[in-house]
Amino acid sequence: MNGGPLFTIDDHPVLFQDGQTIMEAARAAGVYIPHLCFNPEFAPHGSCRVCLVKVNGRTQASCTTPAMAGQVVQSETEELRDIRRGILEMMFVEGNHVCPACEKSGACQLQAVAYYVGMLASPFTYFYPRRALDASHPDVVIDFNRCILCELCVRASRDIDGKNVFAVQNRGIQAHLVINTPSGKLGATTFSITDKAAQVCPTGAMMIKNQGYGSPIGSRLYDQESVKIVGDVAQVPESEGGRRHE
Amino acid sequence: MSKLKVATCSLAGCFGCHMSILDLDERLFTLVDLVEFDRSPITDIKQIGVCDVGIIEGGVCNAENVHVLREFRSHCNILISMGACAITGGVPAMRNRFTLKECLDESYISGMGLLDAQIPNDPEIPLLLSKVHPLHEVVKIDYFLPGCPPSADAIWTFLTQLLSGQPIALSYTQLHYD
Repeated sequence: MNGGPLFTIDDHPVLFQDGQTIMEAARAAGVYIPHLCFNPEFAPHGSCRVCLVKVNGRTQASCTTPAMAGQVVQSETEELRDIRRGILEMMFVEGNHVCPACEKSGACQLQAVAYYVGMLASPFTYFYPRRALDASHPDVVIDFNRCILCELCVRASRDIDGKNVFAVQNRGIQAHLVINTPSGKLGATTFSITDKAAQVCPTGAMMIKNQGYGSPIGSRLYDQESVKIVGDVAQVPESEGGRRHE
Repeated sequence: MSKLKVATCSLAGCFGCHMSILDLDERLFTLVDLVEFDRSPITDIKQIGVCDVGIIEGGVCNAENVHVLREFRSHCNILISMGACAITGGVPAMRNRFTLKECLDESYISGMGLLDAQIPNDPEIPLLLSKVHPLHEVVKIDYFLPGCPPSADAIWTFLTQLLSGQPIALSYTQLHYD
């Protein structure tokens, strides 16, 4: 490597440009840091906390922490893996994430990250909440049971589609996704299947209708290869980065 | 050395995990050289004896499930929770977001095509719990083997590593929730 400032992730040097976050620089270098609410096409949100890393000994979200020269970043440690697994375990009990009965299974980023952090079972008591489906839209169905409040649809609809269809209402344990109409139904909005917001859900909370099981279980994105290899880090050409996560 | 004793059963499951055990195919011959099956649908033995390993498929949905699960826990040194239903409640637990009365009414009172509709209450039918629970909410579980069902390869990797005293290390394609 030559030129530009450097920091290290797990002792490997990573080149960065001013203004990049640790997550952005790591991704450009082909290094996978697990994440859910982060999407390289959007401004970081910093809400899911799955991308926590140690920066000079302090635990911080890598998607919102600016990269600085000389930073010592730890990502793949047993301690951080435990914390990340704990976050996933809480997400899985908070909603109704029934992988065997979900059409997103195999192509689901929540599931893929849970595989990555080695989640076998959640030690927490399942909430089994009761949340209604919204199938009022002709092309898209919303299953609130699977929403993890990453706000990617909120950001996409507001910042790219300019429609502001979604919002998160209330706080803490009461927080939930809502549709910005008096009826609260997606069918009453100008939302369209071609909206960016229809393409970004990392779980099965937002599903396109009439294309179920287009690809069979077993041959979907994360069925054969880990998210660390085929996730959004794969969009970066290998030659640009120093290495891939192995 | 005497063979290790293994018991298996299905609680609130679909027997799919046991089908996956049968998918071991000729590896079953190797397995029966290593272990002796006690209570299991494979042997049709109804009462569990003292065992080294218990493997349970399915969650806990009724009073009989609780009884059998506790019996397995008290008779087995190592208890394994196998499959999505045992680990999360799975598909049977999708009734948990409704009340038990709503579920029974839907099936037995307001369901289509019912004659003389009534909720079954024969004393031989185990009483349903108000919710379906994962096994580890009721007893201590030593190992979890996810999958719906776990593939025969995953079961084989798991059992061979367990029986030889190694730590369990499933490959990427063997760890699945679906």
